[in-house]
Amino acid sequence: MKAITTKAEFLVYALAIEEEASERYAVFADQMETTNNPEVAGLFRKMEQLENEHAREIEKLIEDANVPHINPWELDWGDDDQPEAVDFSDTHYLMTPHQALSLVLKAEKRAVKFFSSVAKGDVDEDVKRLASEFADEEREHVAWVKKWRKKFPRPGEDWAEDMDPPNALE
Amino acid sequence: MTESASKQQAPMKAKDYKSGIKPVWCPGCGDFSVLSAMIKAMAALQLKPENVAVISGIGCSSRIPAYLNVYGFHAVHGRALPVGIGLKITRPELTVLVAGGDGDGFSIGGNHFMQACRRNVDMTYIVMDNQVYGMTKGQASPTTEPDWERGKLTPHGTRINPFYPLVVALASGANFIARASSSDPNGAARVITEAVQHPGFSFVQIMSPCVTFRPEQRDWKKIVRPAPVEATSDPAAAARRLMTDDSFFLGTLFKGERVAFQPEFGGQSAPVTELDKDFKINS
Repeated sequence: MKAITTKAEFLVYALAIEEEASERYAVFADQMETTNNPEVAGLFRKMEQLENEHAREIEKLIEDANVPHINPWELDWGDDDQPEAVDFSDTHYLMTPHQALSLVLKAEKRAVKFFSSVAKGDVDEDVKRLASEFADEEREHVAWVKKWRKKFPRPGEDWAEDMDPPNALE
Repeated sequence: MTESASKQQAPMKAKDYKSGIKPVWCPGCGDFSVLSAMIKAMAALQLKPENVAVISGIGCSSRIPAYLNVYGFHAVHGRALPVGIGLKITRPELTVLVAGGDGDGFSIGGNHFMQACRRNVDMTYIVMDNQVYGMTKGQASPTTEPDWERGKLTPHGTRINPFYPLVVALASGANFIARASSSDPNGAARVITEAVQHPGFSFVQIMSPCVTFRPEQRDWKKIVRPAPVEATSDPAAAARRLMTDDSFFLGTLFKGERVAFQPEFGGQSAPVTELDKDFKINS
């Protein structure tokens, strides 16, 4: 992964993380509403709102910084997908809240890893402070999502069983 | 500066290119990622929505114009390319993108694909390839492997050679040829941006899993990888590279130097009333 050194650069990355996460959760919430899985839809909608709030907070910080324009593909995430963004192919129309929160948890852990690694890098004091703060915030999210997930049972073996499947051929 | 003037000058964000219509694709479908890549590319190019047209054929992926906040046309099965060509020739100032699936583009519209590559009109063709007809419940398409036995119409596999879109595009004269994957929406956005910027006919194949009829394709994200070589402008070099391609190498293969086809009309065109007369059905 490309080393982040300046505050402006760091904020571009941080905003991209939060905006992409929010956008994807919005897509997933829409998917679940369309396929009549309201419980999981509500959960993704909540995540969309949270990530969007974070994005707006970062935008406020950006107002004071001289931030360069960087295209999404120029952001270097190393071998990983964008931290905090759940993969488009990981959703299923019958997924349970436990499964959805497991995806969220994985994404939040990747965000902790990203911000921690920036904080440990050879960066401005300002960037170090911000990255540490963001990492702590993401750690709080991890704890909160874990607690939230405990409210839901693990999916049974037959979680994907559909009595009227969309791919029925008969 | 007034608030409205300031709003007009604000750069377009990717989400500004999305319409308010929610896609009806299956959760997990790769086409969600392609939609994300297309709007990122449009934002990167800062295209004015009123100057963009997305034309599609028929199939799951061909629903994409409805989800975009640009002009769109949902054409007849397999005929999206001639519609797109007609539009670009008559309105060359527009950015024309044609989008669809592998069945629509390589079977029903297979001949149009070859002729569009030959003609080399300045436009971009995006094919979301899932190697199956999803909308009609899982039949083998031209790009399906010969031994895929889960199709109701081909229980013993098609046993025929799959269609290699990149090979056909190169042989037919496409001026830009690339492959991307829905597992990397940012990478796909980069390729689409390059394709739109490159003059002439650009072809982008995007490997986009059908999680309902080809659930095993969820593993494509583990198989795809960047091609080990840069794009070439030499068709012979590109052809040699395709000899060792397993359909999962990503990136731009070919950037040709052909001049885009754009006929001169000399300002002569029939008025709509004349056309109306020609199309009148006599009872």
